[in-house]
Amino acid sequence: MFFDDLGEFSRDTALLSASSKSISYQALTDSADRIGDALTERCLVFLVCRNCVDCLAGYLGLLRARCVPVLINENIDPVFFIRLLDTYRPNFVYLPSDTTQLAFESTETVSVGAYVLAKTEYTADYALHDDLALLLATSGSTGSPKLVRQSYLNISSNAESIAHYLEISGADRPITTMPMSYSYGLSIINSHLLKGASIVVSDATLMERRFWDEIKLNRVTTLGGVPYLYEMLKRLQFSRMELPSLEYLTQAGGKLDIALFAAFVDMCEEKDLRFVVMYGQTEATARMSYLPWKHARSKLGSIGLAIPGGRFWLEDEKRNKIVAHDKIGELIYEGENVTMGYAESCYDLSLGDENRGILRTGDLAKRDTDGFYYITGRLNRFLKVYGNRVNLDEIEQLIRGEGHDCACVGTDDNVVIFLTEPERTGTVERIVAKRTGINRSAFSSVYIDEIPRTESGKIRYASLRDEGSSGRHG
Amino acid sequence: MVNSEKYHQAFIDALQIDEGSLQKELEYNSITEWDSIGHMALMAALEDTFDIMMDMDDIIDFSSYEKGLEIVRKYGIEL
Repeated sequence: MFFDDLGEFSRDTALLSASSKSISYQALTDSADRIGDALTERCLVFLVCRNCVDCLAGYLGLLRARCVPVLINENIDPVFFIRLLDTYRPNFVYLPSDTTQLAFESTETVSVGAYVLAKTEYTADYALHDDLALLLATSGSTGSPKLVRQSYLNISSNAESIAHYLEISGADRPITTMPMSYSYGLSIINSHLLKGASIVVSDATLMERRFWDEIKLNRVTTLGGVPYLYEMLKRLQFSRMELPSLEYLTQAGGKLDIALFAAFVDMCEEKDLRFVVMYGQTEATARMSYLPWKHARSKLGSIGLAIPGGRFWLEDEKRNKIVAHDKIGELIYEGENVTMGYAESCYDLSLGDENRGILRTGDLAKRDTDGFYYITGRLNRFLKVYGNRVNLDEIEQLIRGEGHDCACVGTDDNVVIFLTEPERTGTVERIVAKRTGINRSAFSSVYIDEIPRTESGKIRYASLRDEGSSGRHG
Repeated sequence: MVNSEKYHQAFIDALQIDEGSLQKELEYNSITEWDSIGHMALMAALEDTFDIMMDMDDIIDFSSYEKGLEIVRKYGIEL
């Protein structure tokens, strides 16, 4: 496994941190193994993630010791965190020592730099499957306890494939732009560690001077981001920026607006940068497809081709394979990176591979005559909101949990909440934003006399969507 | 409304926060509303309010309520 072999890289720099302090691969593996040594047997560990060196060392230490981390964003709602703890009963929590929000009972702690390894009071009355490497949330922001089970084969195979098609080498220097608890963010880290590259670890956002200082100082060669990152780059007049070390950009985590897609194809060409649009899901570890940069202009809006080692096809409603081109159907993927399945609690962690290498993505797509795929819609109620996968049903549950009847519809980055209490419109957004940790501007609320329902009591979302498009959008 | 009030109002509108929670000591990322997404909305609101176009350097240096006053003044706005 790539995380076992890190010590073989002689490169001086594995990680570069905020202070531009560099850590060699040897030093990184040493500190990773100090954490691993504190854990005497294979067990489940909550890894509360912050983009910093100690967190990365912890992640690697856990994998090397064959402990199973659950990667959790440090900004998780404290109530969701407690619920997740009780559902999964981990033996340890590895978290930043200055975290005050996330409270739990612990019996003993070990300090590791800016992190602590805290033993919980849970006894592990469940088993961990031998193939299980780590767990990631599907839509962690809505507090769903559903996790994706990723195997050792999943993460190494996806990292290999990504490193291959992006031609990652030891000379690359990516900068972190996303939480490592997010599959896209983690895939950037894994695929670069595989090649012995130098990762610039930063918790700054694009809206801060220190982010741009780090790029210049550390001669960053690549960065990636969700559609919103590209809106920010455009706003900051990326076309005028002087970033001579930059070689290519990647985009994933939601469909890029076609005008923005075209604008970046132009800007990157001008700047002699490669622009690689990709597609994936946490259920496929991270990546399923990429659009080779040379085709970015001729295949505008496409998610490209299946990654090396993977295969796509389309199926109609009756699950028959669609052979014709330009016909819409459900996108199906096959590859070694298709994960083992979901877990709803610790008692699912002994389960083996339930997907057998095949993933029904829930996305609708079509294929052109050259074999390039285009996403056209979705079969389920998932949206991407600033890169977070949000299940509209879970947003409804969250609001109903606060005692308000509601129905949610929306498009990416725009969730519309229908409420039957006029006095709640305009304030419910704050509650949802606070609980999900997603900026409030993604949510708007509309008053409606009555939630339209079918005779069997199901919400008629189609009629709400018509209503929503004529209503207020925030 | 005088300019200082307009400046104040831009924060309230763009970050969608209450008058009461807007302190002059407010800094970027000190409240959840003022994250990178809130920052984009705030810059757009200030540009609309004062009819200015802010440079990248000013957008990424705009790290607090106080610092922002200095930056907006550079565009010839009296605050």
